[in-house]
Amino acid sequence: MIGLQHYMVVSAILFVMGVLGIFINRKNVIIIMMAIELILLSVNINLVAFSAFLGDLVGQVFSMFVLTVAAGEAAIGLAILVIYFRGRGTIAVDDVNRMKG
Amino acid sequence: MIHVFAFYLFAAIVVCSGALTILSRNPVHSVLWLILAFFNAAGLMVLLGAEFIAMLLVIVYVGAVAVLFLFVVMMLDIDFAELRAGFVDYLPFGMLIALVLLAEIVLGIGIWSAGPIELAQRTAPVNPELSNIQAIGGLLYTRYIFLFEAAGIILLIAMIGAIVLTHRARGGVRSQNIARQNRRRPEDAIRNVNQPIGQGVEL
Repeated sequence: MIGLQHYMVVSAILFVMGVLGIFINRKNVIIIMMAIELILLSVNINLVAFSAFLGDLVGQVFSMFVLTVAAGEAAIGLAILVIYFRGRGTIAVDDVNRMKG
Repeated sequence: MIHVFAFYLFAAIVVCSGALTILSRNPVHSVLWLILAFFNAAGLMVLLGAEFIAMLLVIVYVGAVAVLFLFVVMMLDIDFAELRAGFVDYLPFGMLIALVLLAEIVLGIGIWSAGPIELAQRTAPVNPELSNIQAIGGLLYTRYIFLFEAAGIILLIAMIGAIVLTHRARGGVRSQNIARQNRRRPEDAIRNVNQPIGQGVEL
């Protein structure tokens, strides 16, 4: 039978994959943001799994708030990316420290 | 039996498409793998009995976030081969971090499964008479109403922020100036001329 551990393992693998994606695609900020989405997805799976197995609905409500934040983060991040590309002609994030000021 | 099969199917596909998201060469393929991962995560949530979150995942993540990613990836004209240059250099360090993290999580899950969690009291116990969406709605509009409103304000701020960031005033475009239009009177603009025959019109 499928228990809570199974869902936690899936969520853990997905989380680690998201972190790995941030490290190996260090120049491509679009893939970094997709990796962040993967991390938030794994958090959502964990919240919903605990909510289902403990019989408490609060986990699902909070997973909805995580979803809200993920959507807002994607919108703002991509907007910043678009204006960065407009000014620079590239999205290599190695030299973003020149963006200040 | 079908439950176990469905779980392993969804879990395997979500993990594989997550891996392909971060590994694939072309970012458009990455976004498509990400969409597959979202769909299968929604399947996992249906298995858990959280239908509302599953539908929300499909609508918000696939319908809004992933399509936004796809739009940006396709709109920006980027040389992706150059961006991938450091991939092999970063791989060992990234694997190290990932392995440490995975070991820690496995340790945590192993310790946790040594004994069950006993909750002294549940904040919102599941009522078997209500459907999932009814129960969540009841909770969201009573106990968590302020958090719900705050989530709405966060989305509003994100929307305004994205518009303000990406909006630019373009030069060379003749836009409508309503005040100037309203200020203009007929006597400024038109003139009655009794035009004699055989002469050109004086402008």
